[in-house]
Amino acid sequence: MSYPSDFKYTKEHEWIKADGKNATIGITHYAQESLGDIVFVDVPKPGTELTAGKSFGSVESVKAVSDLYAPASGTVTEVNSELATAPEKINKDAHGSWMVKITLKNPDELKSLLSAADYEKFVAEEGGH
Amino acid sequence: MPAVVTTTPTIRKTALNAVHRQMGAKMVEFNGWDMPVEYPSAGGIIAEHNAVRTGVGIFDVSHMGDIRLQGPQALAAVQHISMNDPSRLAIGQAQYSALLYPQGTFVDDVIVHRLEEDDYLLVINAGTREKDFSWVRDNTRQFDCKVENLSDDFTQIAIQGPKAVDLLEKLHHDLVDVPITDPNVRAPFQKLKIDADFSSVKFYWVTHGRMLTMTGNLRRYDDNILIARTGYTAEDGFEIYVPADETISALVWNGLLATGKELGALPCGLGARNTLRLEGKLPLYGHEISDTINVWEAGLDRFCKIEKPEFIGRDALEKAKSAGLKRTLVGLEMVERGIARDGYKVLDNNGKEIGYVTSGSYAPFLKKNIALAYVPPELGNIGSTLKVEIRGQEVAAKVVPTPFYRRPKKQ
Repeated sequence: MSYPSDFKYTKEHEWIKADGKNATIGITHYAQESLGDIVFVDVPKPGTELTAGKSFGSVESVKAVSDLYAPASGTVTEVNSELATAPEKINKDAHGSWMVKITLKNPDELKSLLSAADYEKFVAEEGGH
Repeated sequence: MPAVVTTTPTIRKTALNAVHRQMGAKMVEFNGWDMPVEYPSAGGIIAEHNAVRTGVGIFDVSHMGDIRLQGPQALAAVQHISMNDPSRLAIGQAQYSALLYPQGTFVDDVIVHRLEEDDYLLVINAGTREKDFSWVRDNTRQFDCKVENLSDDFTQIAIQGPKAVDLLEKLHHDLVDVPITDPNVRAPFQKLKIDADFSSVKFYWVTHGRMLTMTGNLRRYDDNILIARTGYTAEDGFEIYVPADETISALVWNGLLATGKELGALPCGLGARNTLRLEGKLPLYGHEISDTINVWEAGLDRFCKIEKPEFIGRDALEKAKSAGLKRTLVGLEMVERGIARDGYKVLDNNGKEIGYVTSGSYAPFLKKNIALAYVPPELGNIGSTLKVEIRGQEVAAKVVPTPFYRRPKKQ
């Protein structure tokens, strides 16, 4: 699996794609593979403040509940409503299934996140592929 | 020599462990056993679950335990420890029951099979193997019967679904080809046949079959293969007990999957096993039944023959019946978005905690979020609304009839 080079990644397996002050957040291919069939996504409403590193929602598979951690601080502007009724889209295409869009409070926070190459290495060490 | 010797509890493996790992199964530790939870190559839990509901699924359930009681007083021994009535069993018949503590709570649930005149087989849970064997042995000393722990002797494979009988009949009529997955097997081919009249076995009855396995020209016959039309999926199906030899076990497993391919057969792990039994409201030890829950609370009245003159737990159960139920097991269906999971609190409409979820999950066939929960009887009427506390939020649920799923009657 090749991880998009224009994304940044967290060790909790979220991705973030920034475009100036706007950013899109989702979970990685490795995350959806570990979870199995995703059956529920819980993300906050537009207007909610996210704090980098803090839990902002959850994603559930049949067997597991997994917290979502904010890759960066900001305000939620949009939520992917498709995931409320078709969460399995994340399994089919994790990097193409965004969960929330935010306006970044401090774009510099992204500098400390993992690049695609670093994330691939991290995942390989964790026993992934 | 190290100054300090540490021992770690060894995790147990079934004879099929290497096969599961070879198939790329996601493994999990379950009650001390290294077991497959799902097979990504088969599509995962949801695909496996639905294969059982619409076609056939194959499960390794060798982690379950087997206790045999044999002798002139075997029936009396079983009568003493089991809450159901084994005297109703004809030879070849089985029944669901439970072993109870004197307080009327559960040691374990069990399927009692009458194999011969004075020969009974109890199939018990994986996590309670040792506890149950000690319990059975210690509580039947006064009876003239031999108690044996046969748990390690068998590889137990469950073949479950509306097409289970079709799959097994193929193995009955043909010597089927079996793909070889074990690199240590140096033979040009493997074959499998199981001679038994599968179609004639009624639900909750057993038969014995003759199994032929061929590895190259080496033929091996195993007579008296126990075949039971039982299961834990709320579907038709069989459980077969083959020798716990790794090569034979792999041969049977691979033969079932290969022959079943055209019927949509998939290997199924513990994940699907749990969602299937939950849809059918089948209890899981440690959840719906335990050593602190009694038979009436669990709603297993019809398997408890209180009119029997004597069995362990009988007197406590009679007293409990007169005292009345303080809690009862109900089925919940989530009304608002959210999945109620094991251990979550159940609240009344004022937000007061009144019970808890014993088992809860997304139900892959019903496509709903369902749960079983203990609540006070007066709040458990069908149609009542309750709330489940899900990560700090109160989420609405309603009490629904159970089982959530019943298999369609044969036309």
